[in-house]
Amino acid sequence: MKLLTHNILTSKCLKGVTVGYPLGIVAKEIKVNEVEFNPEFISRMIQKVDWPALCKAAENLGHIDDLPSAVVDDYENNEEFLKKAHHFLMEIEVINGDLICPETGRKFPVTDGIPNMLANEDEV
Amino acid sequence: MSGRPEHQAPPEIFYGEDEARKYTRNTRMIEIQLVMSERAVELLCLPENQPCHIIDIGCGSGLSGETLTEQGHIWTGVDISSAMLGVAKEREVEGDLLLGDLGQGLPFRAGAFDGAISISALQWLCNADQKSHNPAKRLYTFFSSLYGCLSRGSRAVFQFYPENSSQVELITSQAMKAGFTGGLVVDYPNSTKAKKFFLCLMTGGQQTLPTALGVDSREDAPNCVAFSQKRDRMKQLRAGKAPKKSRDWILEKKERRRRQGKETRDDSKFTGRKRQSHVW
Repeated sequence: MKLLTHNILTSKCLKGVTVGYPLGIVAKEIKVNEVEFNPEFISRMIQKVDWPALCKAAENLGHIDDLPSAVVDDYENNEEFLKKAHHFLMEIEVINGDLICPETGRKFPVTDGIPNMLANEDEV
Repeated sequence: MSGRPEHQAPPEIFYGEDEARKYTRNTRMIEIQLVMSERAVELLCLPENQPCHIIDIGCGSGLSGETLTEQGHIWTGVDISSAMLGVAKEREVEGDLLLGDLGQGLPFRAGAFDGAISISALQWLCNADQKSHNPAKRLYTFFSSLYGCLSRGSRAVFQFYPENSSQVELITSQAMKAGFTGGLVVDYPNSTKAKKFFLCLMTGGQQTLPTALGVDSREDAPNCVAFSQKRDRMKQLRAGKAPKKSRDWILEKKERRRRQGKETRDDSKFTGRKRQSHVW
């Protein structure tokens, strides 16, 4: 699971959850890949990304150094910033661990890079 | 023939390890999925040459996702079968994968995606796989969560296999209830084999549906075959024989009767002459 995906995941399908965002991450295994850099795509995604949630996720993974704490102005033309954003959004992958709902504490296990978002019948 | 897959077992059981492998090795299946995925992406009407963030609904082993990657898009896939997702992982597809039940809703933030495709998955939502399932409610939960996580103006295209028209009605009504506009595009409607159903849903208010393939869409196309009037006239000519009730026909018929040995009046200048129309 890339951090881009984590940034858009919520637990709001669960009963009793209002926002369910952001999900906490406890990672047992992380992988860093090399992914082709697409400045146009990253530029557009930065508009959708919740930057504080991204920082928090990076912190949870222990990879916080190097990620700017806020989006810079005129980021579309700042290649260095885009490259850093790209690295965190697309190149860091959680392989094994848990995602945690901030309101109920319910854990969603991540196995082999795939988060299990299946809820039990009594949870929806 | 074993009948429709969704009548045999819930999708996470039907698509177990063996079936998942078989499905992904079947070259005919791969070819069909590829064509349908390309058509679905076409129907999405995404801006040209722009990589988009797409969700692949019921992504399975990633066959449709590969089309998205090929066209330069970044995608996330959701499926209920861990066996199918396992095959996708083995094939090292580019998209991120999630194990989830569509009927429970898509767990994403508002406006997360620029578009959605789904190949051969939607019909699975129409069956109650567990006692507590209510297909209409699950469909609504799915569609309203999808509506929420699509950015305004984006579309969702579903290729699926409806069992009957009431299933199409059920699906479409829940989608409309959730706020979508759009409708069904049926490619090759006159061919049993080639016919394909695409549900095209839009978030930006009512727009024109894309044109279906295999249908004559010219505005001035006649609704019957050209030259059929001429054909009708030709039929009336009774090829090789004289037209009915003419003098020649009467003479031929009298000759036929004589050959049959029936009593026949002799021919004269009055045979088959035009009579005055009756004025009683």
